[in-house]
Amino acid sequence: MGNALLQYATVLVLSIFVGIEIIAKVPSILHTPLMSGSNAIHGVILVGSMLVLGGATTHLQEVLGFLAVILATLNVVGGFVVTDRMLEMFKAKKPQAPKANDEVAS
Amino acid sequence: MSRETLIDLLYLFSATTFVLALKGLGSPKRARLGNMVAAFGMIVAVGATFFKYVDGHALHHVGLIALAMVIGFIVAVPTARYVQMTAMPQLVAIFNGVGGGAASLVSITEFVHVKATHPATYVALEVLLGVLIGTVSFSGSAIAFAKLQELMTGRPITYPGQQILNGVFGLGALALIVAILIQGSTALLWILLILAFVLGVAFVLPIGGADVPVLISLLNSFTGLAVAASGFTLGSNLLIVAGTLVGASGILLTRLMSKAMGRSLANVLFSAFGSVVSAGPGAGAEERSVRSGSPEDVAVLLSFASRVVLIPGYGLAVAQAQHVLRELAEVLEGKGVEVFYAIHPVAGRMPGHMNVLLAEANVPYEQLKEMDEANLELQTADVALVVGANDTVNPAAKDDPSSPIYGMPIINADLAENVLFLKRSMRPGFAGIENELLYNPKTTLVFGDAKDTLTKVVAAVKSA
Repeated sequence: MGNALLQYATVLVLSIFVGIEIIAKVPSILHTPLMSGSNAIHGVILVGSMLVLGGATTHLQEVLGFLAVILATLNVVGGFVVTDRMLEMFKAKKPQAPKANDEVAS
Repeated sequence: MSRETLIDLLYLFSATTFVLALKGLGSPKRARLGNMVAAFGMIVAVGATFFKYVDGHALHHVGLIALAMVIGFIVAVPTARYVQMTAMPQLVAIFNGVGGGAASLVSITEFVHVKATHPATYVALEVLLGVLIGTVSFSGSAIAFAKLQELMTGRPITYPGQQILNGVFGLGALALIVAILIQGSTALLWILLILAFVLGVAFVLPIGGADVPVLISLLNSFTGLAVAASGFTLGSNLLIVAGTLVGASGILLTRLMSKAMGRSLANVLFSAFGSVVSAGPGAGAEERSVRSGSPEDVAVLLSFASRVVLIPGYGLAVAQAQHVLRELAEVLEGKGVEVFYAIHPVAGRMPGHMNVLLAEANVPYEQLKEMDEANLELQTADVALVVGANDTVNPAAKDDPSSPIYGMPIINADLAENVLFLKRSMRPGFAGIENELLYNPKTTLVFGDAKDTLTKVVAAVKSA
């Protein structure tokens, strides 16, 4: 028991450092997509929700687990789709040829 | 290789994709790919979970799980796809909130489940933390959503003794957790749930609309921590890694965001920013005169300028005027006028929101200048055209120490030869602060809907 807890704590501490390290230098244009993307990633609670509903033995647990799976799916799917939509906009700049100063009209 | 080992390896793969995705999201080139990589990792993790054993048996209720997923999918995709780009911050808030709700529900279910089997103390502690943090994130996000969607006032809601009362709620929740650890009573768990819900609401009420994006980032981080807590409960390394990554990076991101506004995180959370409509030197503000002009005046001024800086703000997005603005820029360029956009880091409702809105209108990326660069260019600009921005060009941030936004970096529109302000009315901006720039002798105001005005300006420039 104690061993498992220690192992989880190790993973926790290392993840904290990775999380901080990864974000350190991000341009402010990307703050919003980054927030939205990490929002989708914590949707991994869907895995937890599935396990809880899959292990449910009473009606109360079934109801709670069912709700959890719905909410978590909203989080995952909505999160990824919104983020993709934001980032799609960033790509749209590409087709524009390098700025020619004379006649770009219409 | 046993089935469980294989599943764990797949989880390890997913966790790796999440790390890579976060890394990718930090660079403009790889951001979209990064998001897709994470989505793929998520599909792998969810797929693998269907084959997992719980308490020594295959998953029960597979049909129910699939049904719940289908429901979630059917609601989420159209919402995420077709909601207006201007409403994006609300959307992130609500998707974050449901994540927190899910984490809380998982923890509650696990509490009920574990209590029946083997109530070891350390298990219960993370369960309770998961319930507390997840629920705070849920109700807090709901209020943040209501504020941004203007279902309720965006102004801070304050009352006497608010901080003390919030402190009491917080301590009460912790005391309850201790009581539940000792007693193990399920009744107390429901009380904790209610208290956490109230705490989330009470925590967000005093935060003004302009600061809500920072708050959403913080709540996003909270949800991450709640997920990590559930990971402890369920013994899942994947949840611990993913939750902690989001929790840690979220806190850092929150600090970066409040720094972009020139304020500390504590100031954002506890100062009820924007509740006082500045009682600064402009006591008789209503009396002072402003100069207003017509779209035709604007057109003349723009046509004869050699260098124009466009300063867009949230009002531009609300009026859906980004396409007309781009048209104006193109027409002006056709006449040999040099045009670029000055983007304040917090223009719009979230950092980077304005870039997204302009990119949607096909504004070439090279024309977008960040604040520092824009401020250099403004010194030699003939015209600064401010469309729907207000607080981000307010000189009070530089000269008035009594102003609540004092110290926030701004775009120095006042450096340009002429300043044109397209505004709906004399109403102050989102943060509720009077703007001195409006009374500057260089400034010409054009009242009306930004889209209408700009359409008229474009027509006038074309015929000039």
